[in-house]
This record gives sequence, structure tokens and C-alpha cells, in this order.
Amino acid sequence: MKKSYLVQRRKWVSNPMANVLEAQNISVQFGGLLAVNNVTFTIPNKSIVSLIGPNGAGKTTFFNVLTGLYKPSAGKIIYNGKEITDLPPHKIAEIGIARTFQNIRLFGLMTAQENLLVAMHSHLKSGITSTILRTPKQRKEESEAEEKAQEILDFAGVGKWTHEFARNLSYGDQRRLEVARALALNPKVLLLDEPTAGMNAQESQVFIDFINKLVSERDIAVMLIEHDMKVVMALSQRITVLDQGERIAEGSPDEIKNNPRVIEAYLGKPKGARK
Amino acid sequence: MAKVSVANNVTRSNRKWIIGYSIAGFVLFITYQFLIPWDGLPSGIYQVVNQWMPPSAVNESLVYVIMALGLNIVVGYAGLLDLGYVAFWAIGGYCAGWFMSEFFYFLNVHFLGSVPAEAPGIHINFWMVLVIGGFVCALFGVLIGAPTLRLKSDYLALVTLGFGEIIPQVFFNGENFFGFNISNGTRGIVRVDPIPVGVKDLGPFDFGWKLLIFLFLTAAMVFISLRLRRGRLGRAWLAIREDELAASMMGVPLMRTKLAAYAVGAFAGGLGGVAFATHVDGVYAERFNFTISIFLLAMVVLGGMGNVWGVILGAFVLSWVNGNGLSAFGRVYNDAFGTKIDFASFTFLIFGLVLILMMLFKREGLLPESRLKLMLHEEELDEEVVSGSKKKVGK
Repeated sequence: MKKSYLVQRRKWVSNPMANVLEAQNISVQFGGLLAVNNVTFTIPNKSIVSLIGPNGAGKTTFFNVLTGLYKPSAGKIIYNGKEITDLPPHKIAEIGIARTFQNIRLFGLMTAQENLLVAMHSHLKSGITSTILRTPKQRKEESEAEEKAQEILDFAGVGKWTHEFARNLSYGDQRRLEVARALALNPKVLLLDEPTAGMNAQESQVFIDFINKLVSERDIAVMLIEHDMKVVMALSQRITVLDQGERIAEGSPDEIKNNPRVIEAYLGKPKGARK
Repeated sequence: MAKVSVANNVTRSNRKWIIGYSIAGFVLFITYQFLIPWDGLPSGIYQVVNQWMPPSAVNESLVYVIMALGLNIVVGYAGLLDLGYVAFWAIGGYCAGWFMSEFFYFLNVHFLGSVPAEAPGIHINFWMVLVIGGFVCALFGVLIGAPTLRLKSDYLALVTLGFGEIIPQVFFNGENFFGFNISNGTRGIVRVDPIPVGVKDLGPFDFGWKLLIFLFLTAAMVFISLRLRRGRLGRAWLAIREDELAASMMGVPLMRTKLAAYAVGAFAGGLGGVAFATHVDGVYAERFNFTISIFLLAMVVLGGMGNVWGVILGAFVLSWVNGNGLSAFGRVYNDAFGTKIDFASFTFLIFGLVLILMMLFKREGLLPESRLKLMLHEEELDEEVVSGSKKKVGK
């Protein structure tokens, strides 16, 4: 009985129509260190899923595999039914997987608008000659891109900083700008690496509302790495827990909250339980 | 508020420079073409100008400006350290040598050239050779860039250094390049065709008119630089200069974008090479040495990396000091004090000193790009804060 249920579930998991992104049996090895061990992870369409785990569990490494920065030593990644494991990072970004960084990596000496326009690079067409000659087509493309950038900046709540250097923005606004920059790629999947790190409770709440608004208004799925459990529990439809490179649990927020293995991974084994 | 206005200045398009540049160029041209040779000019002024800023020195400076503007795209815009830029100068120069001289004496190809039809060799119109030289260099830029641009910072610099040595050496020993004579070796290619401009042909001593042509080429490079900078490609270069990894994660193809910077930079090198060949009326392999690469890099850094006006100023000042200023100063000094110091031989000593002083007191260059100025000054502030707090901890 139980086995057949599992088989059924697996089938649902690998249905390309339901999942925008699937990582199958991913392993990443750095020399002798197995940073990610045989992890399978799916992101359903228009969903918010989270990846949590103690420090050093391999969450960011897993992110880097999804975005093409590291090549997995085993396993494959399927996006919209197509394998993308071997694509270079800029191609992966172009087809619609955007990310933010754990420590903000904006282009500090570029304005907020320019930051977004860089992210639109792969969707713009103008080449060297049309830029030098400033053809009507190029001008139209530029002004449309600028308009779209402004729209996204407004959406992310940093619309008043269009012509301000990114490095001059406040910390919270930089985080928002980074999300806006990722959105400028017009992604289907948005990967957020600890987006609320350093935010206070009020700012986190604003961020939660923002992500909910994002998913409800746009055709986009969000994957979160986050340490702030309040944010994780409030946002996630499904949570996956990594510990020492292995997936130790997956389920709804309530299931994860009460999962003994998760508690063990975070807090250690209770003294009496050790044999 | 002040910060906002800085950012606005960066993004605002600016076409005013064309008027200012045209006026400055016109004044220079009138001065050198009509005023200096004018008989009514007091001989005192004539001598001062001829001693401190003779027409040939102005033209040579402009060739350096063209070249430095090209290097600025690679180093200043895209942040790729290139220590072998002289290679493109050499290739551009030999394009002029091949396509507009009697070097290939066994051929007889003419295309809108400025010499009689019976002259042997390949004689193509100067303006076309300019374009050919530019594109040949751009091609070589891509060929050199494709294997090297996978490297980062120091390693890239070293490999470009290698190419900057290899290509001039190939020309230096080019009398027998797999059985072909491609460069006449150390003897060089003497005499290139005059520049046809419709009414007359400009030989090596038509400084005034050639000044006008070089000014035009410089303006073209400024125009290209400014336009590209504000466009899609310029933003991608800037993003790569800021943070390569983040740029690739935002969909910027690193290789292609860097290659584009190399190609455009090399194109300018080609223009400069052809212009220089007409300036010295020949192509001489021993002129394309490593010091030129460093010299050009110093112009870019000293003038203000990433800002075309800074680079123009830097190139003008340095090439003037190197070519004429120092020896003129030496003459005046020796006359005044009765000494016999050979100032020209101290060129590199003085360069070194100037560079050290600049890096100590004005790291961002003479006319810095506003973005970089912001960064360098904030870093200084940070350092002060850090050292200040350390002192407190120490106490």
C-alpha cells in the first residue's frame, strides 16, 4: 500500500506541466567533500518553496548548481521539460531562472535603472553599429526598456531611486533592488538567497507581502533560502530541509515544524536518545 | 541631494561636446595651418611655438590620443588589463604599409589611390585603408581575445603582455615569414602614399591639414566611445568591470561582451596605426615595443580611466612631455643655467615620479569618471574610519 503511494507521488513530481524546475539526484563534490548528496528538488509552477538547513548544509551550493555556476558531479536539471544541466550561467539566466545573492552583489557604481537594464541585456537586441548610429529602432528599444525598468522598480518599491547609484541605497532598498534586478530578467523562477538577512521584523513583513503579491500577480515561482523561520513559515507552500548535503525532510510547514529529524539537525539529539 | 545630481550627470546624454570640440579643433587648425606659417607673425611667437609645440608634435599627440581612447574601452570601460596594446598599433601600421605603398612591388593594384597608375605595389585609398586597418585589427583582437579572455586579471595581463611581444617580433623578423617577406624586417616600409582629400594629396609635411584629419579621427573615437558607453554594450562592460559573476548571473555573456570590448579597442588601434604610418611616412618595426603599451596604459590611468576627456588630456600631456616638452624644457634650462643636462634621457624617470605622485595624491586621474571618483574617495574614507577605530581599540 505505502509503496504504491510513493510511486504515484513520484509520477506527479516528474510531470513537466506541473513543475517549472526539477533537479534530479543532484550531487556536488569538491575534492573529497560531498557538498550536496543525491538531492532531488522540484519547484511547481507559481509556487513558493523553501530550502532550509543549518549553516554549511549545502543550500547555497545547491543554488549555484541550479544557476549554472557549478556543474553537478551527478544528476540533471530540467527546466520546463528541457534539460539545462550543461548550459552556461548567462543562458540559464536568459531562459528565465533569476537569482539574488546572499551578500548583496549589485553593480554599486551603476544607477538603479542601469542595474535593471543590465539584467535586460539578453532580451535586448541592439548591436555595436545600431548603438553607435543610434537608429530609431535602438532608441525605441532603449526607451521601452527604461520604461519597463521603471515599472519594475516601482513594483519593488524602489521607484524613487531610479537615477541613484546602487551603492548609495539603504540596506533594505538594496535588497529590494536586487530582487527588482532579478525580475528584470523576466524570470519564470526566482531564487532568493537569504533575502531578509539583516532586516527587522517590520521590513520582513513588508517583504513577505511583496513576495505574495509577486507570485499572485505574475507567472513566477519562488524558491527561498532563508534562516528566518517566521518568513519561511509564512511564505512557503513546501519546505525542504538539507543537512550535511542530504535532503532529510520535505513537506508542508506544519509537517516540518514537527519533524524529529529536522529538530535534531537544528538542535542536536536529546541526551537520553543516544544509545 | 548632491549624490543624486552626480548620478544624474552620469546618465544624462550630452551632445554639447561636439560644438566645443569643433571650436577647439578649428582654432588649433587655423593656428597651425595659417597663423604659424604667416610672414607677418612676430618671429618671437613663431620660435616659442616651434620650440614648445611644433606641428608634428601636435599630430603625434593626436595619434596617441586615438590609441589611448581605444585602450580606454578595454581597460577603462570593461576593466580588462591589457599590457599588449602595441600589437594592434603594429598591425594597423602594417596594414597601411601593405595597402598604400610600393612594398608589394611585384603587384600593381590601384583603387582610388593617390599615386600615378603605373606605380607598382598596392595603392588603396587612405580612407579605405583606415577602415581595413580597423577591421583587420578588430579581427586580430577577437583572435587574440578568444583564448586569453577566459583568464582573469593578473593572468590576462600576462598573456596580453605575451601577445604584445609576439606580434611586433613577428614583424621585426618578418623578412622571411614562412618564405614571405611581410614587413621588410628592420629596414621597415619607407614611404606610404599621401592622403587624398580631393583638392590635394597630403604628404608627410602637410601638418596642418593632417591635423584636421587626426582631429576628425579623434572625434570619431570619442563619438563611438560615448555612444557605446550609453548603450546596451556599454552597460554590460560596466557590469563586468563591477562584478563579473553577478553580470553572468544576470544574463550577460561574458566572453562575447569582453570580445566586443577587445574588438572595438583594437579597431581604434588600427585607426591609430594607419594614422601613425602616414604621420611618419613609413612603418618601422622597432617603434612597436613594449614601452608603448605601458605608455598608453599610463595615459589612460593618468588621465582618468573610463572618462574620454580625461584620457584625451592624459594622452596629450604624456605624449607631449615625451616627444617635445621635456627636451624643450631642457633647452631652456640649459641656456639659463649654462648646464648640459640631457633632459630627454630622463623621460622615464620623470614618468615614474609623476605616476607615483599621481597614485599617492590623485588616484582617480586628472579628469576622473564621476563613478570611479566616488568609489575611490569613499574607500579613502573607509580606510580612515578603519584605522581610526583600530587606534581606539589599541588604546
